[in-house]
Amino acid sequence: MTGLQWDWTMVWESLPDLLLKFVEVTLLVTILGSIIAAVLGLIIAIARRSAPKPIAAVLTFIVNFIRMTPIVVQLLFAYYLFLELDPVTIGVIIFGIHYSTYMAEVYRAGIEAVPDGQWEATTALSMSRSRTWVAVVIPQALRSTIPALGNYVISMFKDTPFLIAITVTEMVRAALVFGGNHFTYIEAITTAGIIFLIASYPTSLLIGRLEKRLAFSN
Amino acid sequence: MGDNFDALIGALPMVGEGVWITVQLTIGGALLALVIAVALGLLARFKNVVLRGIARVIIEFFRGTSLVVQLFWFFFVMPQLGIELPAMFVGILALGLNYGAYGAEVVRGSINNVPSGQWEATTALSMSSTQRMWRIIFPQAWALMIPSLTNLLIQLLKGTAIVSFITLTDLTYATDKLRNSTDTFFAYGVSLLIYFLIAYVLTLIMNALEVQAKHKLGRGESLREALSFRTPRSADGKAGIS
Amino acid sequence: MPSQTDTEPAIRFDNVEKRFGDNVVLHDLNFSVAKGDRVTLIGPSGSGKTTILRLVMTLEEANGGYIYVDGEPLTHEERGGKRVELKEKHKNEVRKRIGMVFQQFNLFPNMTVMENLIEAPVHVLKMSKADAIEKAKGLLEKVGLSDKADAHPLELSGGQQQRVAVARALAMDPEILLLDEVTSALDPEIVGEVLNILRDVANETDITMLIVTHEMQFARDVSNRVLMFDGGKIVEESDPETMFTSPKEQRTRDFLSAVLGNN
Repeated sequence: MTGLQWDWTMVWESLPDLLLKFVEVTLLVTILGSIIAAVLGLIIAIARRSAPKPIAAVLTFIVNFIRMTPIVVQLLFAYYLFLELDPVTIGVIIFGIHYSTYMAEVYRAGIEAVPDGQWEATTALSMSRSRTWVAVVIPQALRSTIPALGNYVISMFKDTPFLIAITVTEMVRAALVFGGNHFTYIEAITTAGIIFLIASYPTSLLIGRLEKRLAFSN
Repeated sequence: MGDNFDALIGALPMVGEGVWITVQLTIGGALLALVIAVALGLLARFKNVVLRGIARVIIEFFRGTSLVVQLFWFFFVMPQLGIELPAMFVGILALGLNYGAYGAEVVRGSINNVPSGQWEATTALSMSSTQRMWRIIFPQAWALMIPSLTNLLIQLLKGTAIVSFITLTDLTYATDKLRNSTDTFFAYGVSLLIYFLIAYVLTLIMNALEVQAKHKLGRGESLREALSFRTPRSADGKAGIS
Repeated sequence: MPSQTDTEPAIRFDNVEKRFGDNVVLHDLNFSVAKGDRVTLIGPSGSGKTTILRLVMTLEEANGGYIYVDGEPLTHEERGGKRVELKEKHKNEVRKRIGMVFQQFNLFPNMTVMENLIEAPVHVLKMSKADAIEKAKGLLEKVGLSDKADAHPLELSGGQQQRVAVARALAMDPEILLLDEVTSALDPEIVGEVLNILRDVANETDITMLIVTHEMQFARDVSNRVLMFDGGKIVEESDPETMFTSPKEQRTRDFLSAVLGNN
């Protein structure tokens, strides 16, 4: 077989299946994973700043270890350790944990950007530590972190096909299965790629604009 | 636990083979990515709208369509078009194009961040645009781009773990085989540790490059600082990973 | 060629207009600088002085009018009543006659002092490396930095960096030298070391100089003409003696008393 053989009927035929998996798995894992990553990342960032030095050091090592090793291997590890758990659930948890280590760095930068004077003012007002975080530091730190967090969400979104490693049929696996059944891969795999592009490109443009607006208003 | 170590020793040739494939993919992919990043990064700065447009389309396409899709495209679709490529070649190609597209934004951004006074001085000395780029601007941009390139290199290493999808027997594949004769915890613990060590060594090499590049700009740092452990900074992750 | 251009001024502005967005910085500006002249531009900040230097160096492009260097159009020429942009190659040829020293020095940090000095002579003027080094050594001696040839720019003090920058500009043998507030970024106590070198350059060469400075004593010592700018226009023009002792215009008097009062 040579030459380009593009069959539009294959595109239309594969599309419902791909879109279903896109919503059912790809988007679901991205959204739930992002929520875990955003919350856990903030907890890590605060803990690293408030915890006693030895604990903070251990935490830093764990965070670095997770960040510098492949998600795919982490997924497989968790999959075999918790065989009774649903692979999609494992995906949500591992993506959440993995990206929390990146988001923690974003929060850290945001927290460090809050001027020392703000901390000093809360001390002068005898505010409690927790109140200082909740009422003063986090609200100020959060604003500037939104674009960077958004970029990591897009990144996670594009990493979701890694779930194939633990038998999850997400969109790309669905494209592959469709291709195998119809003896032609080009349409379904290309369509899956285009769906990623259509979803991620406008989002990153939006984040870029948000970033510029925040940069100007600061 | 003793059984685990015995099994590991028995499986050492296989694990070693896997590490070697992972390292080959990482280095091959990184070199290709660097070439693509510099080429596209420079092209994206051209005044000519057509050339700049081509660069932008390529960059956004490879950033936007997901590494796994690209890997499968080269592996499953190319044969359908009559082009059979070895799996290792496909792996390096997909990694190089994907991370090269991310790298192009790093290169472009770093070049734009070289202070305007440097550009003006080259005009005042009547330098040609080629001289300006390669003798003055790029050497300074290089020092600026290394931290983000380090991020990307670690991402690329982590990205290699998907190549068993296309029949390559890399470290991740070897780990799965190792698990047949050891605990899951042991096999994956060893595997993660090896990945971490590779990432650590790569980070050290990149830090050394950064020290050298900065030193060339007269901003000397001691070598001891180069050997200290700095993880990839992801605060500027927007350049590294968006 | 020289016989034709000898009569031409070194620099001539012909109805030059420069806007940044809606902000008109220079409007219908006409003036010329004769060969060997040392002209200082003074005036409040935002009056367009630095823009003039940047236009001559082609760091900015005019929105209207023409600039001539040695009688040759710099970036645009009139062809059939139309303002036509000239080729990059032409601009480069004319540009080679002009050198500039910047407020922020702009030495190349990826090169040593010596490499900074020989970079353009070797790669732009195609001088042999040996000749360029020979020449650079002479210039370093002139600016009193012979012992710093192998130093990196960032290891030098601001005053030393600026002296290297002067030497780097002179290494190109410019016919015209533009000095853009060359002492503004320096601590007051080292301003003198840079100005003394520039005084020597003025005394020992016949390079045409166009100077923007807040150092009025230096302007008085070096220049033979002073132009007072305000709002993108020439308010007053005379020899330095007259300008600094008995200016005619009220705006000049206000400006000078403000500047000299501050000193």
